[in-house]
Amino acid sequence: MEGLRVGFEIHQQLATRKLFCNCESELREEEPELKILRRLRPTQSELGEIDRAALEEYLKGRCYEYEVPGDVSCLVEMDEEPPHNVNIDAVKAALEVALLLNAQPVDEIHFMRKIVIDGSNTSGFQRTAVIAMDGYVKTAKGKVRIPTICLEEEAARKIREEGSKTVYRLDRLGIPLIEISTSPDITSPEEAREVALKIGEILRATGKVKRGIGTIRQDINVSIAGGARVEIKGVQDLNLIPKIIEKEAERQRKLIEIAQELKRRGVEEVHLEFSPVDVSEIFASTESKLVAKVMKRGGVVLAVKLPGFRGLIGGAKEEPRLGSELAQYARIKAGVGGIFHSDELPSYGISASEVEAVADKLSLSEIDAFVLVAEEREKALKALQAVLERAKLALKGVPEETRVAQSDATTRYMRPLPGAARMYPETDLAPFVVDEKLIAELRASLPELYEEKIARFLKQYNLSQELATQVVKSERAQLFEELVASGASPKLVATTLVSTLRELRREGYAVENIKDERFREMFALVAEQKLAKEAIPEVIKALSRTPERSCEEILAELGLKGFSEADVRGLVRRVIKERAEFVRERGEGAVKPLMGVLMKELRGRVEGRVVMKILEEELRGYLKDGFQG
Amino acid sequence: MLGEARVGDRIRVLKGGRSYEGILMPRSELGDDRHVVIKLDNGYNIGVEVSNARVERLAPAEEPYSRAFPEPEFSPEKPEITILGTGGTIASKIDYKTGAVHPSFTAAEIINAVPELADVARVKTKLLFNILSENMTPEHWKKIASEVAKELNGDAYGVVVAHGTDTMSFTASALAFMLKNLTKPVIFVGSQRSSDRPSSDAALNLIAAAKVACSELAEVVVVMHAQSSDTTCAIHRATKVRKMHSSRRDAFKSINALPLGEVGEDVRLFGSYRRRSEGEVYADTRLEERVALFKVYPGVSEELLEYCVDRYKGIVLEGTGLGHVPENLLPAIERAREEGVAVVMTTTTLYGRVDMKVYSTGRRLLNLGVIPGEDMLPEVAYVKLMHVLGITQNYEEVRGLMLRSLAGEITERSLADAFY
Repeated sequence: MEGLRVGFEIHQQLATRKLFCNCESELREEEPELKILRRLRPTQSELGEIDRAALEEYLKGRCYEYEVPGDVSCLVEMDEEPPHNVNIDAVKAALEVALLLNAQPVDEIHFMRKIVIDGSNTSGFQRTAVIAMDGYVKTAKGKVRIPTICLEEEAARKIREEGSKTVYRLDRLGIPLIEISTSPDITSPEEAREVALKIGEILRATGKVKRGIGTIRQDINVSIAGGARVEIKGVQDLNLIPKIIEKEAERQRKLIEIAQELKRRGVEEVHLEFSPVDVSEIFASTESKLVAKVMKRGGVVLAVKLPGFRGLIGGAKEEPRLGSELAQYARIKAGVGGIFHSDELPSYGISASEVEAVADKLSLSEIDAFVLVAEEREKALKALQAVLERAKLALKGVPEETRVAQSDATTRYMRPLPGAARMYPETDLAPFVVDEKLIAELRASLPELYEEKIARFLKQYNLSQELATQVVKSERAQLFEELVASGASPKLVATTLVSTLRELRREGYAVENIKDERFREMFALVAEQKLAKEAIPEVIKALSRTPERSCEEILAELGLKGFSEADVRGLVRRVIKERAEFVRERGEGAVKPLMGVLMKELRGRVEGRVVMKILEEELRGYLKDGFQG
Repeated sequence: MLGEARVGDRIRVLKGGRSYEGILMPRSELGDDRHVVIKLDNGYNIGVEVSNARVERLAPAEEPYSRAFPEPEFSPEKPEITILGTGGTIASKIDYKTGAVHPSFTAAEIINAVPELADVARVKTKLLFNILSENMTPEHWKKIASEVAKELNGDAYGVVVAHGTDTMSFTASALAFMLKNLTKPVIFVGSQRSSDRPSSDAALNLIAAAKVACSELAEVVVVMHAQSSDTTCAIHRATKVRKMHSSRRDAFKSINALPLGEVGEDVRLFGSYRRRSEGEVYADTRLEERVALFKVYPGVSEELLEYCVDRYKGIVLEGTGLGHVPENLLPAIERAREEGVAVVMTTTTLYGRVDMKVYSTGRRLLNLGVIPGEDMLPEVAYVKLMHVLGITQNYEEVRGLMLRSLAGEITERSLADAFY
């Protein structure tokens, strides 16, 4: 793709305690009792000025409610206590990532206060620091530079909006977050996916990052030649990345084309004046249910002329089209459900004669277009203002903006690209000296990257390529090695931790709730022959329901316990005795049918081969000289 | 090491094949001397170890930008209040380059930062001094008291004193004792989160203080957040208030009393209070500064108390429980009585009243002439004893004044709901 430039900003939560207090980095689903109500007042800029729009919002009563789950948040998150010293575990984890990304740690870390007054930080700023610079990742196409790696605090979790009040929960606030920003060195959609995957793997290889939904976020910056930087947020699925980039490039190309055509038609900003016209009477007896409904509620239909835009806004189906951009502006800025524009009309029940009447009323020429909004008057006016604002931007081509990714790889307008944030030093914290000794220690114990680890697993544990890859990429790779080191069979552990867990998850069991400790117990029981490997899935199912109970308890409950070798031997003898005639008749040939009888009782409790071994011994003995005593 | 480079200059640090470019920043007081701090072009600061580095000066510092704010226009119907500055920052401006916080204290600056104040009153400001509240001394109290009296006897409808929070209750209670015939409100206000941050409590506290300064209350009070939320402020009587938390917004609590009122949209006063009236306010700034506040604890050495008896004219004891001291202190206390040093008993529990007739130690202390401080806070008793000894040093007179409530510092009834 010509002139495509892609960069990433990746945010990853660390699996340590919080960055500036000793609270656990855990989320809480139940609504806590303690809630506090706060305001955030815009502060003076460097020039002593206050953002008037922000102050206006404040004076109108914008406020924030913070829900405080007391077990995972404290006075620090409430902005009622200064930050404690930076969490050394988080610093180490971040530096480890930095080293794996070939970056140079700074000599001294200085936290900054980055002003954020949307309420997501109780303090009104986010604490953030550059911890390393000048890193890179290698892809098949070359190096992608990583100019800065930052360590910062995660924002509070938005729960809902209630008019002028936004409700946040403080559980997420303060979780350490590593921010990796690449240069826009990526030149193809596929390479972008590769970079995202690679950075993700490096992060997970440390074993010190959180996993699961919402713990990693990747924002993609996309531009094409003649286009502009557009930031795309909310990308959940890495496999969608190439598609999202392709669609964004296509959208930018289309917008550039539209701008060129508008220029050719001689359309200038001065032609786009805001003069909305009330065309409600044209729709007095409209067939359009939507419009009729609005009118019945006392709403109006307003129209605005877009001179020179005819045919450029786009028909109903062809994406990308300017029409979607206009609609998204109207939706975000005025909260309207949608707009109608002349390129897609007549449609939606709006008739050709109505379209013609509107065109007449606005005295449209051949090349002019119009946009209609049916809403209550205030909202409709605001919506058309937004439409006009966006139409003006269309003259210039691609506006810089932040967009949000949808599940179909398209994106929607979210807000203008934020300007440079106001930052000043966090004076409540001392600078953190990154001494050479610390770096040397970290370097000496850097984790293996996935490829190295897979190669080692193949050799050391004799696993198949597929199983080794899955174990390495799973969350329990470390546990795997630990269990194998304590004597468990690599194959059994690997199968359990990868295949069994995956199957059970698919069946709907919450296996992610099971702590590593339970697996340690489980394999200890297997080693002591108290648990047959066949019974492992049953135990895991039970554990997923009640993860707080020990394996021992689960076993007792499931009746999987208590079959020692002696018990089995007793059962075998009883079975042989009860079928003495049959046994004598068949001789050693009785093994198979007797196994059937025994396993009916023992399946899932004792391994088949153990039963078989005892049965063979006992049978041999019995046939030789009957049971003694 | 830094050569010609000065704070604010654009510099380049070359070291081991790497180079860092940015603005040279001032060094934090918590930092060592091997690093310099530079602000990178992306706005972030980093520290660079410079013992083996070369520093180049690229450009001199830019002139700091400063602007004058227009004189605010006030509605003539609003009452006029005076805001006296003594320290701390009500309004401040950050130098985003250096991170330095510059206090702003002209009326124009304050109204620019907190425009809602203009809806409450016509604001006049006067900066008396700018010191940290831990450095406040009795000399400063006198100066503040005199200035407040001057303002109240002039055009001010009420006075707001902006003060650091650490020792605010000392200054406030000193004024409560010194200002005689108080006919107008005197409000102490501060902030627990500095005003350079969007989450600062300064603005809400200041607006609430201004409202109380225009109210019917003619007392010295402290107005600060009533709870962690930015909803209401509490009005505390100066002689009953104490800072009970090192960092929370609602650190100030009334002890052995309920707050005098609450400020939300409006000022709501409850209970009994002194009402606004006419008449000249007089500042009696006589103080006997040779007064000690002496905390009693297990293992406390009698030498410490003997030292105080040698040096001071009055001693406020913070005794245990109902007002007790270990036996080893009794000789020093007896000597104090003999040498005309007034000894007043308060309690380390802060909450509750001293009562020295219940146990034998207490009875011995009473016999030694120790004056029971009733339910006075130890710090308030300390300030009051300075004030009283400034008026008289006759034991009987001192005793009489200490046992009488001069500015609401002693309550007659111990309210059930005043302990929470």
